[in-house]
Amino acid sequence: MPVVAIAPYVGVPKDTVDRFHGNQLLYVGWDRHLMFYAPVCLCLPPAMTFGELVRGPLAEAWSVHPQWSSIDWSAVRWLRSGEAFDPDFERSLADNGIGHKEVLRLQTPGLEALPGAV
Amino acid sequence: MDMNVKKKLGLKEKYALMTRSLGWETSYEPMDAVFPQTRYEGIRIHDWDKWEDPFRLTMDAYWKYQAEKERKLYAIVDAYAQNNGHLGVTDARYINALKIFLSAVPSLEYNAHRGFARLGRELPGVGPQIACQMQAIDEIRHAQTQIHSLSNYNRFYNGFHDWKHMNDRLWYLSVPKSFFEDACTCGPFEFIIAIGFSFEYVLTNLVFVPFISGAAYNGDMGAMTFGFSAQSDEARHMTLGLEVIKFMLEQDPANLPIIQAWIDKWVWRGVRLLSIVAMLMDYMLPKRIMSWKEAWEVYFEENGMALFKDLARYGIKVPDCVELIKKEKDHLSHQAWNAFYTAGKMTNFHTWLPTEEEMDWLSSKYPDTFDRLYRPRFEHYREMEKQGKRFYNTTLPMLCQVCQIPMLFTEADDPTQISYRQVTHQGDKYHFCSDHCQHIFEREPDKYVEAWLPAHQIWQGNCFAEGADPGAPDFDPLKSVLDYWHLVYGRDNLDFEGSEDQKNFAAWRAQATRN
Repeated sequence: MPVVAIAPYVGVPKDTVDRFHGNQLLYVGWDRHLMFYAPVCLCLPPAMTFGELVRGPLAEAWSVHPQWSSIDWSAVRWLRSGEAFDPDFERSLADNGIGHKEVLRLQTPGLEALPGAV
Repeated sequence: MDMNVKKKLGLKEKYALMTRSLGWETSYEPMDAVFPQTRYEGIRIHDWDKWEDPFRLTMDAYWKYQAEKERKLYAIVDAYAQNNGHLGVTDARYINALKIFLSAVPSLEYNAHRGFARLGRELPGVGPQIACQMQAIDEIRHAQTQIHSLSNYNRFYNGFHDWKHMNDRLWYLSVPKSFFEDACTCGPFEFIIAIGFSFEYVLTNLVFVPFISGAAYNGDMGAMTFGFSAQSDEARHMTLGLEVIKFMLEQDPANLPIIQAWIDKWVWRGVRLLSIVAMLMDYMLPKRIMSWKEAWEVYFEENGMALFKDLARYGIKVPDCVELIKKEKDHLSHQAWNAFYTAGKMTNFHTWLPTEEEMDWLSSKYPDTFDRLYRPRFEHYREMEKQGKRFYNTTLPMLCQVCQIPMLFTEADDPTQISYRQVTHQGDKYHFCSDHCQHIFEREPDKYVEAWLPAHQIWQGNCFAEGADPGAPDFDPLKSVLDYWHLVYGRDNLDFEGSEDQKNFAAWRAQATRN
C-alpha cells in the first residue's frame, strides 16, 4: 500500500529537481574518513564539470583533512549509486551520468590508515 | 416525610457510573459514521466491552491527584528560581543537555496530547476513551511544566530563547518533530502502538533515566522535579500501552501481522530517535550515571526482552532491528557526538571535547571500541584546537529520508564504513541510513516522499532570513540560515570553551563564594 489512509492519497515528493532553481542535489562521501561525519549534500549546476566538483565544493569541504593533498587522483576509486564508476573530469556531471540526488563515494586506497578512521 | 438519603457511592459503583455508563449505542447515526477512523487500518475489534481498564481512575480522582502534584512542582520550581538553583549544577556544560531536552521534548509532549485527544474521540470503547483523555491531559501538562521550567534557564543561558520557532526549523530538531508527526498522521491504532506501546512502554526508561537521574546527579533540582512530576504519570501510560496491545491481539488473530509490522517500525524509529539521548548520557553529563550501553542492556536487553517473552504467547516476535541495535550500542553515542561536535556552528547548544579523564571513563565503558576508533578522532580534534583551528564541518549533511538523521551510522560489521541504502521510487532516488528505515519507506512511500528534510529545504531556498536576497553579492548563506533559525552566531553556537555561558556561570558562582 502506498500509504495507509482513510481515503486514496497520492504523496507529493518534496524534493523533485524542478524545485532547485536549475541545480540538482548531489551527495558525496569520502569512505573511511569520518571526521566528516556524514556525506555532504551539495546543490550544483548539472553543467559543472567533474573536475570543478573536485577542485571546488569537495576541496572546500575536505581539504582540511591532512590526507587531502596527498590524494593521487589517478589511483582513486569512485562509486556511483554503490557501483564502480570512472568519471571523466573534463565532462559535466550530466555527461558523467550523474543525475538529481545521485550519491558518489570516493575511495582512496592507501589513505585509509589514520587511527580511528579520522 | 422521611428523607431518603442515598448512601455515598462505593468506589466500584462510582467507577462504573463515571466510565462505562457514559457510553451508548448511537441511533440517529450509525456507529461507523460516528467513529469513522477505526476501520481503514485493517484492525478488527469485535467487542469493545472486553477492554479491561488497567487503572480504575475516575475523572474527579484524577483532578485531585494531579492538582496536588502541580502544587508541589510549582513550589519547588519557585524555590529553585529564588535560590538561583541553576548555580548548583555540577558544571555549566550540563546546561547544554537541557537545551536539547527543552528544545525537543515539549513539542513531543504537545503532539502526544494531540494524538491522545484524537484517540479519546475516535476509539469507540468507553474504557479506552477515558484512558486516552486522561493521557491527553497528562501530556499537555508535561508540555506546560517543561515550558515553565525552561524560563528559569532561559533567563541565564543562551540557546533557550525561541524553542518553538527552532523546533519547526532547526535541522536536528526535525528528527524528533518528524518522528511524532509520523505517529500523528497514522491511524488511531498505529498511533497507540507507536506511542503508547513502543515508545512509552518499551523505550521510556531510556529517556527518563538519563534526564531525571542525570539531572539529580548533576545537582539540577529544577529539571529533576519536572521530570519526576511527569514520570509519575508514566506508570499509567505504560499500563495503557500494554493493555491496548493485548486487547488488540485478543480481539482477532488477523490483527497480529499488522501489529507486528507496527512494532518493528516504531521500536526502530524510537531507537533512532534515542541516538541523541545516547550521546547525552555519555558525553554531556559532567557527572555520569551509567553508559548508554549499560542503560540499553538493562532497560532493553533485560527488561524489554522479558516483555517480548510475555507477548510471545500472542505470536509477537522480537523486532528484527534488535540485532542491529545490539551491534550499534558500542558506537552510537560516539558517532553522534562526533557529528554534533563537528557540526557545532549549526547548533543552539555548545559542544566540547571530552577531557582526558572523561575519555578514560569512556574507554572503561567501551573497551572494545573507544580507544580503537573514537579516542584517536577526538585526539585529532584536540591537536587542531591546540593549533587554534577548532574543527567545524561547514557543509550540509546528507540525511536519511525516514529518520532524518544525517547519514552518520556505520555498517553493522564495519564501524569505519558509512552505511548507505537507496531505492528509486517513481523516477526519484531516496536514501536511507539502514535497512530498517528503507523498509519503512517501502511500505508507505507516499508518506515519506513528503518528508521536510532541512538540508534540501535550505538548498531550495526556503530557509533564509526574511527579506534575504540569495542573489546579492555579499549574501552569506550560513548566516542567513542561522538568522532564519533565530540563532546568534558566536553566542548560541560554537564550542563551550570561551562561550558566554561558560564565562557567566563562572562569574556568578564566584560571586556566591567571594566578595
